[in-house]
Amino acid sequence: MDKTQNNKAWFLVLPVLVIVAFSAIIPLMTVVNYSVNDTFGNNEFFLVGLEWFEEMVTSSRLHEALGRQILFSAIILAIEVPLGIYIALNMPKKGFWASVCLVLMSLPLLIPFNVVGTIWQIFGRVDIGLLGHYLSKIGIDYNYTNDPLDAWITVIVMDVWHWTSLVALLCYAGLQSIPNAYYQAARVDQASRWSVFRYIELPKMAGVLLIAILLRFMDSFMIYTEPFVVTGGGPGNSTTFLSIDLVKMAIGQFDLGPAAAFSLMYFLVILLVSWVFYTVMTNLDKEEGK
Amino acid sequence: MAQITLSKLAHSYFPKPRGEQDFALKEMDHVWQDGGAYALLGSSGCGKTTLLNIISGLLKPSQGRVLFGDRDVTDAETSERNIAQVFQFPVVYDTMTVRDNLAFPLRNRGMDAAYIKARVNQIAAMIGMDAMLDRKARGLTADAKQKISLGRGMVREDVNAILFDEPLTVIDPHMKWELRTQLKQLHREFGHTMIYVTHDQTEALTFADKVVVMYDGRVVQMGTPEDLFERPAHTFVGYFIGSPGMNLLPADIRGDTAYVQGAPVPLGASYAPIAGKSQIGIRPEYAVLTRGDGLPITIRRVEDVGRHRIIRGEVAGTSVNVIAPEGMAVDTTLTHVRFTPDRINVYADDWRVEGGAA
Repeated sequence: MDKTQNNKAWFLVLPVLVIVAFSAIIPLMTVVNYSVNDTFGNNEFFLVGLEWFEEMVTSSRLHEALGRQILFSAIILAIEVPLGIYIALNMPKKGFWASVCLVLMSLPLLIPFNVVGTIWQIFGRVDIGLLGHYLSKIGIDYNYTNDPLDAWITVIVMDVWHWTSLVALLCYAGLQSIPNAYYQAARVDQASRWSVFRYIELPKMAGVLLIAILLRFMDSFMIYTEPFVVTGGGPGNSTTFLSIDLVKMAIGQFDLGPAAAFSLMYFLVILLVSWVFYTVMTNLDKEEGK
Repeated sequence: MAQITLSKLAHSYFPKPRGEQDFALKEMDHVWQDGGAYALLGSSGCGKTTLLNIISGLLKPSQGRVLFGDRDVTDAETSERNIAQVFQFPVVYDTMTVRDNLAFPLRNRGMDAAYIKARVNQIAAMIGMDAMLDRKARGLTADAKQKISLGRGMVREDVNAILFDEPLTVIDPHMKWELRTQLKQLHREFGHTMIYVTHDQTEALTFADKVVVMYDGRVVQMGTPEDLFERPAHTFVGYFIGSPGMNLLPADIRGDTAYVQGAPVPLGASYAPIAGKSQIGIRPEYAVLTRGDGLPITIRRVEDVGRHRIIRGEVAGTSVNVIAPEGMAVDTTLTHVRFTPDRINVYADDWRVEGGAA
């Protein structure tokens, strides 16, 4: 078959090109530009090569923030994934209560991030917060503005409250797709509750669970708004995660060069992890189709 | 192994059934002999699977009792009943190997490892999967998966019964025949009670010693394939079994003669007067086309199915099928149809009536 050659067709691609350029390429390139330049003001820039990258890679401030970030993501994944699965397993499969559960579960997901932060900021305050007030009343010394551990607990509990539903809902969807015959066969085969989970439910959930973990990892790794509203990164630097540190550096101190280098490396880390997940997921699919 | 008794059993999917129409399974009393090969035959939605799930304990009946031998198991869990069941669509544990799949029911019952190994190999050879034992079950074809399901159903030797819920639906015709033969052989070898649900009469008639025909939540007949063919207890059985099914003609029954719109048809026995709807039923195999003897027939179509020909016609406004043996010439001089008198069954309100001496 002869292909029609008409170069006017390129115009049809133009709108997409323009949108992508303005939404992604140009901003990203601006950041790249900042990361290899320095300035003494007056909008005069000069090239410094990879100096900012070297500084950032060896910066102890960034290492500490990265450490806190990894710890934070690890903790919330370790809590939200098992908890989400557990909730999904115990949700009613159909009927009125299934709908009630679904609505209740999706509520936290619908609240804007800064509102979530504000809710917990007030909820945890020792003077007027419901939680903080009663905790100190029963003799627990809780104050997230002074004590780094309390601050961490508050931020983690908040994230679990906000996002466990996502894991639970995704797993619930996975569970709903299991035909009843599987459970019946398991009963006939005298499978234990654990075997049912291990050999029927978990394999069927594997796909969505992986997506849930990926989403939760990426989101938690980039978390900014909620801890910023609650603790502002404090006390000290104890809850200063990568994004918070980045914003401090870029907007607070106006160190555009280091911040740009920092954000590029940050971006690459997330890209790398997502790629690993993607590879694992496609391999899983391939095995399925074999 | 045990005899299975259903006593006053009925089931409704509604929590508060208001009348008989709400029951998926109408009240029934039946005994399934130990070691019998039964087929549960009926069209979709007649309650076959419901009955099967009640026997296996996956479903609790709304009323009545289920007994295994002398033991009342109505409230017993499936696992306690020691039953094997194979479902319509393959159920395999994807992440396990074929070997682990087959061993799963045995391991769950804490059998000895050496015994499991031997038994799994034996079953694998039987279902023709011994070459694939160490493969993951994920990604196998549907019929391979169903063979694993069948294997898992048969792996336990001490089960009270093995239940099959249309297990060969997803299997291709050639393999179907082979597996059915194997099941039959297995039954002869081990003597398990087997209950086989199907809507395919060939499958039912070749597999079972006793065929149980269900219609609208009721067991309408339980009998040997021969009984079902010669003496269908209900017009549904007559119509459902056979290809094509039994011809049914509305008729007045007077003693040993039936009158189809006034035309006499001699019967093989004498019948008491029938109140309500009366019909005669005759298999196409026992109807013969003649040149004037019997009832007038209008021939609509002749179908050649190889072994014989099926003549589709009309008698007194009702469609009638006749099977003409191979070699018999069918031409326009054949204007009447004669029924073999002692093969005619008489039905009152769809149920068969037994005749007395002629």
